Amino acid sequence: MASEDETKTKKPEARAIAGAADEIEVRGHIVDSLLLPKILDRILQMGGTFEIHECRIGVKRTDPSYARIGIRAESPELLAEILGDLVEHGASPVNLEDARVAAADVASAFPEDFYSTTNQRTQVRSKGLWIDVEDQEMDCGIALDVEAGRARCIPMVHVTLGTPIVVGHAGVRVIPEERPRETSLFGFMNSNVSSEKPKAVSLQSVADGIRATRAAGKKVLLVGGPAIVHTGSAPHVARLIREGWIQTLFAGNALATHDVEQSLYGTSLGVSIAKGESIEHGHEHHLRAINTIRRLGSLKAAVEKGVVTSGIMYECVKNGTDFVLAGSIRDDGPLPDVITDVLEAQDRMRAASREVGFALCIATALHSIATGNLLPAWVKVVCVDINPATVTKLADRGSFQTIGIVTDVEPFLRSLAVELTADREAAGR
Amino acid sequence: MTDAAPRILMCPPDHFGIEYEINPWMNVRQGADPARASAQWLALEATLLDLGVEVDRLAPAPGLPDLVFTANAGLVHRRTFIVSRFRFGVRQGETPHFEAWARGRGFEVVSPPEGMNFEGAGDALFCGETLFAGYRFRSDVRSHQWVGERLGVEVLPMELVDPRYYHLDTCFCPIAPDAALYYPGAFDEYGRSVIRARIPTLIEVRAEEAQSFSCNAVVVGRTVMLNRGAPRLAEDLERLGYATRPLDLSEFIKSGGSAKCLTLRIDGEEAAAWKAGGAGGSP
Repeated sequence: MASEDETKTKKPEARAIAGAADEIEVRGHIVDSLLLPKILDRILQMGGTFEIHECRIGVKRTDPSYARIGIRAESPELLAEILGDLVEHGASPVNLEDARVAAADVASAFPEDFYSTTNQRTQVRSKGLWIDVEDQEMDCGIALDVEAGRARCIPMVHVTLGTPIVVGHAGVRVIPEERPRETSLFGFMNSNVSSEKPKAVSLQSVADGIRATRAAGKKVLLVGGPAIVHTGSAPHVARLIREGWIQTLFAGNALATHDVEQSLYGTSLGVSIAKGESIEHGHEHHLRAINTIRRLGSLKAAVEKGVVTSGIMYECVKNGTDFVLAGSIRDDGPLPDVITDVLEAQDRMRAASREVGFALCIATALHSIATGNLLPAWVKVVCVDINPATVTKLADRGSFQTIGIVTDVEPFLRSLAVELTADREAAGR
Repeated sequence: MTDAAPRILMCPPDHFGIEYEINPWMNVRQGADPARASAQWLALEATLLDLGVEVDRLAPAPGLPDLVFTANAGLVHRRTFIVSRFRFGVRQGETPHFEAWARGRGFEVVSPPEGMNFEGAGDALFCGETLFAGYRFRSDVRSHQWVGERLGVEVLPMELVDPRYYHLDTCFCPIAPDAALYYPGAFDEYGRSVIRARIPTLIEVRAEEAQSFSCNAVVVGRTVMLNRGAPRLAEDLERLGYATRPLDLSEFIKSGGSAKCLTLRIDGEEAAAWKAGGAGGSP
């Protein structure tokens, strides 16, 4: 509950950083009259920024032209001042209507013509004012409480009879994330996935991103697949958790199971991590590991009783890392900590991702996509996989902010752990 | 070109006076002298008649001191008359008079949509094919865009930045389809760039001469009538082959107007390309 409260109190701060934005349109003879360049210049001179969303130039001199321009300013006051000035030069605001709302007529479903959300920062107009939509998430609806002046993204399954849901596109605007202009960090990389990029630079950018996230008081989320354990990377992840670089973990039954298997038997799926060879009866290890934990009741109990003494899950318990293990149809066991109701798992992940500022998705397609669906577009996502298809899949499903790194996870995690830990050591000196 | 006589609308200054202040020139405590105003107006009319102009007199109306400034009646384009929508309430009563006159002369009268301000030939002047337009103080930019669309002509709205030059015709005067005189200080860099890019022959009026309302000139053929006190401009015009007729219109300058403001060319300004191209177009 404490984290819920925290979420609410921190929201306005995040909004202030985002500033205010609106859209104007200007039509007529705006090119040769220099009205369009003048309008753009004035936006900049007054301290705003712009993005041309649409521009149609007349073919003949007598043809009117048209431009639709997104404007951004650091405060609503400054934005209003800029808009007031631009009106004098012929610009007019595009959005003048309040959002329309319909009460849900069927539980767990939206009214027809509901507004379907994106993962981008969104505002709805209510009583003539633009209000930020909270809990931004793609593929949801928007519940708008006109009286309270609050709007939030709501998943279909959470709709109850009578919930006021925004319908149509009027009075809804999306404020796209500004593309970073600097050459460092995410400005350097773009969503193009390639195995032929300098890895050291990518790694450096990821490390910088994690440091910046922590410095901003936000959480780092690791979404991991079992290949982390199979490849012998569990100690690197354990180290990152121990050193305070990861606050939240999303995974499935497999990662936790093989991690515990390694802790108990030194194998992952029956293969010795140290020797890389199959161990006799090794195929039973993971099931025996699950059984051990089930007999103890939970991973926490297993750690507290001294049964599990190392690994990723051990560090999670020891360091209070928030982990959500979501089950799937092919799970053995599963571990008692695995949530087998997918909607419940989704809700837990939703709640746990609210404070996340950086997500590192490693060697898992399913959990990465599930996480990508929940995160707003301003959360940086780095997807590391040996298979380029996994990385593109995430970006293609709308998490366009994803940076893809195609590489073997073990060297990546080893280098990342060294990089971040060295940092910590340097700071300690 | 047409051989028909140039036609100009004027309104005798019977009720002219400074009764309110809607521009920096007006000062109600320093009113106009009716007798002098009348004499100056008649001198302008006589000059025009002398040049072969057919003057169409609009009946003056009490309570409308600025009705004399017929340039603000509306904008003439062939058979269409776009009647003004004045920014200030004190001048809005003029519109029915101008509208009735235009209908009586066979024009198709068009009103800009409600909510727009448009002050006719005071702020919209053809130079060649293009309608140059001034906005900010009286007309607004949306009205100019609307006029351009309605008439199917290119319009170039330019911001006026000096309140003393509150109408475009106080700082810009096309004299031929490819030539104009203008006072650069009344525009910002964008407006100046537009004028320089689009009009091949330009006379820059000096600040001190612009202040004596010399840009507010009437062009009839190769003769330019302008307020006296602009000898350098007169020289520049003569160099381009124009004769000038300096006039004393000081009583009207007290109200922020001069020769051009007192006239409305009915058959199309000399500089308007449509006039040469469609001589039969005027009603």
